[in-house]
Amino acid sequence: MDVFIQQLINGLSLGSIYALIALGYTMVYGIIRLINFAHGDVYMVGAYVGFWATTQGWGFLPALVLSMVVSAILGVVIERLAYRRLRNSPKIAVLITAIGVSFLLENGGVLALGAKIRTFPNVFPEVQYHFFNGAVVITNRQLVIMVVTTLLMLLLQYVVHKTKTGKAMRAVSHDTQAAMLMGINVDNTISATFAIGSALAAAAGVLVGIYYNAINPYMGIMPGLKAFVAAVVGGIGVIPGAFVGGISLGVIEALVSGYGQSLYRDAVAFALLIIILIVKPSGLFGSNVREKV
Amino acid sequence: MTEMLKQYFKLSNILVTVAILVLFAAVNIGIETGFIDDYYKLNLFLICINIILAVSLNIINGMTGQFSIGHAGFMAIGAYGSAIMTLKLGYPFAVGILVGAVAAALCGILVGLPTLRLKGDYLAIATLGFGEIIRVVILNIDYVGGAAGLNGISQYTDWPWIFSLTVITVLVIKNFMTSTHGRACISIRENEIAAETMGIDITRYKVIAFTMGAFFAGVAGALHAHYFYTIQPTTFGFLKSFDILVYVVLGGLGSMTGSVIAATGLTILSAYLQDYAELRMVIYSLLLIVVMLVRPQGLLGTAELSFDGIRRFFSRQTGKGRGAGNDSAVG
Repeated sequence: MDVFIQQLINGLSLGSIYALIALGYTMVYGIIRLINFAHGDVYMVGAYVGFWATTQGWGFLPALVLSMVVSAILGVVIERLAYRRLRNSPKIAVLITAIGVSFLLENGGVLALGAKIRTFPNVFPEVQYHFFNGAVVITNRQLVIMVVTTLLMLLLQYVVHKTKTGKAMRAVSHDTQAAMLMGINVDNTISATFAIGSALAAAAGVLVGIYYNAINPYMGIMPGLKAFVAAVVGGIGVIPGAFVGGISLGVIEALVSGYGQSLYRDAVAFALLIIILIVKPSGLFGSNVREKV
Repeated sequence: MTEMLKQYFKLSNILVTVAILVLFAAVNIGIETGFIDDYYKLNLFLICINIILAVSLNIINGMTGQFSIGHAGFMAIGAYGSAIMTLKLGYPFAVGILVGAVAAALCGILVGLPTLRLKGDYLAIATLGFGEIIRVVILNIDYVGGAAGLNGISQYTDWPWIFSLTVITVLVIKNFMTSTHGRACISIRENEIAAETMGIDITRYKVIAFTMGAFFAGVAGALHAHYFYTIQPTTFGFLKSFDILVYVVLGGLGSMTGSVIAATGLTILSAYLQDYAELRMVIYSLLLIVVMLVRPQGLLGTAELSFDGIRRFFSRQTGKGRGAGNDSAVG
């Protein structure tokens, strides 16, 4: 039972990271039907910006904000240069471009920063809180991850449901043509979506840097793919779905490694994906959309 | 009957056969006499393996229009299957290749069947997932060495083996493409709903495409394993799948000659850039983005480069031939 609770806590903090990345996937997919493979690498860039800022002696919050801003700009630039021209091309062309951008960021990162693992500065000296006679441990870093994630989620909900940009985003994702006719600037709305999604991924990157203390240019690949799995599990295009999917994936992974099968951890995520796709392709919260001929 | 014989013995077929035999003999003599040293031999063999991989992925991605990005997984099955047969069980190489390829083909069916419900990007992610699952499972089997990999595989892959298998693969796939079944696959690519309306069994042809693609990827894996003495699960990761994908996309989705040209060209390019692995990947990814933005159909599109096409091109240039029939070298 102690192991279970402990892994549940570990899973919640890992899942928060997945959820933050998954939000970007799900928002971008919802609006332009593209799996933005480069999203995981935006998260990597976010972590590096956070790393730079904290080594310059910035505090946690300024570093987080800076990294979110830089990554938001990066996301917008990627969309502008690589995806916008292909908006009416076959899906495969856009998907391949996205894979290309992803590899460009990774290997450009290796070329520019070196492949070696960087140690993240110790922003929060670790404090452990013990429960159940020390059987269950929560660290302050895990708490920071969960609190920041929750705050960002609330902020996102506010932006999407209460602001004009959010309204435009929902309109474009519902029906691009109709939104255009209503005078919504679709290009700007898509840029805003990329900016918000990338900023959330960057936040995840900084949080991971603080949690695991180590970052490298390839760190985005696996979390990126798994966050996509999380988005699909929750129902791609659905914002609460990405959150629930991310948390569940994190918890499942933590339980699998907690019960001694850590080598199979990566396979579990993909197995979950395939099962979901076969059983309920629209995901937990998605609604079935009929294909029109 | 004579018509059929004429069909078989037409000039272009004879030319291709002669060219293949001359190429084979020339390289064979080069290797025997040491004129082609180990470095060139290595790259020559890599070109052949990459051609097989590219052409086999092209059945799935190019011909049938199903986006699979887990091809290295099938290659891994072929490599490990064949290595187990020759190394652990002592069977001859031919049996090893066959078992590896059949095992990969079975996996192809396994992957093909459930993922048939998926389209486009979902399929891409699912195949990627399958590729990763295969890798993780191999990583966890102690019998095949786990993460350390399988060592001490005999080097059975020599020029006759690799060259004949490459030629056979390309020929089989080329003929498949122009057969009834191949055309059915192409119709699925062009428009799935229309193809279904015309009475084409979409499920069957998708599974066939996956199975064939996986089979030949397995062959490539077997050749790979028996040339490099050792195989590790990390060799067959997502990066390998990505490499193969680049060949296919660059050459043109649906063009076999395009895949062959792209696989050859990029293997040579990466041989020159082997000291700069990151730079190579940066160039690859830039190439991929630029090709997609400028020429999304790849270098050759869906066209093929053939002797007939070249002849027509030249006869049109000199104004002697039928001319108007087909108006480019790629026909």
